[in-house]
Amino acid sequence: MNDLFQNSVGLETRVDKVTASNVDVYYGDKHAIHDLSITIPDRAVSAFIGPSGCGKSTFLRAINRMNDTIPTCRMTGSIRIDGEDVHDKNLDVVQLRARVGMVFQKPNPFPKSIFENVAYGPRIHGLARSKSELEGIVVESLKRASLFEEVKDRLQHPGTGLSGGQQQRLCIARAIAVNPEVILMDEPCSALDPIATARIEELIDELKQNYCIIIVTHSMQQAARVSDRTAFFHLGILVEQGETNQIFTSPRDKRTQDYITGRFG
Amino acid sequence: MTEHRNTLSPAHLARRHSAEKRFRVYGLFALGVAGLFLAFLLFDIVSRSIPAFTTQQVTASVYIDPAKVDADEPAKGDYGGLAKDAWRDLFPDIVDRADKKKLTGLLSSGAADALRSLVVADPGLIGKTVTVPLQVSDDAVLFYQNASRQLSDKEVIWLQTLSDRGLVTTGLNLAFFSNGDSREAELAGIRGALTGSLLTIAVTLLLSLPLGVAAAIYLEEFASRNHLTDLIEVNINNLAAVPSIVFGLLGLAVFLSFFDLPRSAPLVGGLVLALLVLPTIIIASRAALRSVPPSVKEAAFGVGASHQQAVFHHVLPLALPGILTGTILAVARALGETAPLLMIGMVAFIVDVPGGIFDAATVLPVQIFLWSDLPEQAFQSRTAAAIVVLLVVLFVLNALAIVLRRNFERRW
Repeated sequence: MNDLFQNSVGLETRVDKVTASNVDVYYGDKHAIHDLSITIPDRAVSAFIGPSGCGKSTFLRAINRMNDTIPTCRMTGSIRIDGEDVHDKNLDVVQLRARVGMVFQKPNPFPKSIFENVAYGPRIHGLARSKSELEGIVVESLKRASLFEEVKDRLQHPGTGLSGGQQQRLCIARAIAVNPEVILMDEPCSALDPIATARIEELIDELKQNYCIIIVTHSMQQAARVSDRTAFFHLGILVEQGETNQIFTSPRDKRTQDYITGRFG
Repeated sequence: MTEHRNTLSPAHLARRHSAEKRFRVYGLFALGVAGLFLAFLLFDIVSRSIPAFTTQQVTASVYIDPAKVDADEPAKGDYGGLAKDAWRDLFPDIVDRADKKKLTGLLSSGAADALRSLVVADPGLIGKTVTVPLQVSDDAVLFYQNASRQLSDKEVIWLQTLSDRGLVTTGLNLAFFSNGDSREAELAGIRGALTGSLLTIAVTLLLSLPLGVAAAIYLEEFASRNHLTDLIEVNINNLAAVPSIVFGLLGLAVFLSFFDLPRSAPLVGGLVLALLVLPTIIIASRAALRSVPPSVKEAAFGVGASHQQAVFHHVLPLALPGILTGTILAVARALGETAPLLMIGMVAFIVDVPGGIFDAATVLPVQIFLWSDLPEQAFQSRTAAAIVVLLVVLFVLNALAIVLRRNFERRW
């Protein structure tokens, strides 16, 4: 475990965090994901790429069981985090979501103050015993989301008053405030300008020292820039996965090659 | 490929502009008509109600005769006699019995009541002569307000004499705001109906708001989608369209006959009106809950909030302004509701101002209905005045709703 703070860790030395085996997801009659199996390493960034509607977001949302909120959605197969099945009867979905944080496509801060946005998670999970401890968590989370310097004088201002990029970093701060192990990001930069995107990518690079990060993205450049591993989805099938370098330089599958060279998708 | 021209012909453009102008005119016309109707309605009602807000009294010297009022029991004295004597003393030259009777008819029975409360408050007045204003009858008031001439020539001359002697004072009709209903127009007041209305609405609000919001939250957020919930949904929508008198019949059968609750009580009225507005509140609350962007709930789920926490911490506060607006509209409708209350006996003639939700009471719209039916001319202005009071209550309620909504919205 002494390789934790090295970025260039080889595949064989990484610890598997999330393991999916034979996952099928259906929306009513629609078969959204076909027999998917993948292992996702800890303390690294894994990117899911693929054309719209290919099931990458669906799989992402299956990891923290966000699909439970869609009445027609059902899933077979297993997804394990540290060997623990996310559908285990003894595992409360609320606890699962505390362990698996999520950042959404559109920045969605609560319509409350910046402080309240970050403090909400720790508060409902009872992570802070006192007000000062809670403040500590909020400040620390904002710092780790590299937002603190910009908002330290206006923590009581509404979170919705920030710029798009700041809002998204606020959402990241909110996610890491509950101290998750895995952070899911569903196209976190698709609503942001290039400068804000660059800041988020920097942030992802820092966060991967401590978290298992899974990012869904439509931007192949982004996947190439931030991720260690890449998985290519097409029509609900996991076509190919591997080291990002390998996927982008020498894809094994024709479909992957066509997609990353922009021939379809 | 044929070439596509992207230039509009001037005629086409002109047609489009005139269509826009025409639409503007239609809109302004509609707005103007609506405004005109509103202005006409308000002007008509307010101008009709003005006479009800003033009244005339005649200043007279009354000797509180110890023979007629017992110092030990001042409440039981013959104040009617005292007032009558003082009134007749104003015209010592009238001796004819029939004339005397006519003269007495111009004095309101309220004069005796005013005298009684004066003496009860200060028994030391017994045996003394006091100068007090005596309330005149509704016909006399109408005469002084130049509203009508339903009086004989003699009566007109007497009233004119009083006026010429400078004994007549015109003042605010306090009785209208402090009294309950009365057979005498000059004594009839709105306080009983107003109190009844407020008590009824309080019961309605306290019952329907929590029930309606709870039902809406459950149906919108927690209920599983199946045939049963579909059925419930359809029926809630149907209930909102049921004529209000049906709810009155229901109240009569259930609350009065089965549960044996007191007749004419604001409690029962409030229960019936709560049933009436419940579907409206549920529908409005569900719409407000549905209009909260799902991203807020997802965000809450994302940090590990339970479904209930997501709803109560995030969705409900954002939906609250909409829920309040819907509720206030529904309650405003309930406030103006007459038909269902007729069925449960809130149409009775009730003189006393209700002291609680178990006392017999009537409500403003029913009072308006009752007064509008009476033959005395003075009740016409009372009817209009009661409408004004009802409108004021509605405006106050709506203003309150706006203030509340602003307060909730300020929390983003």
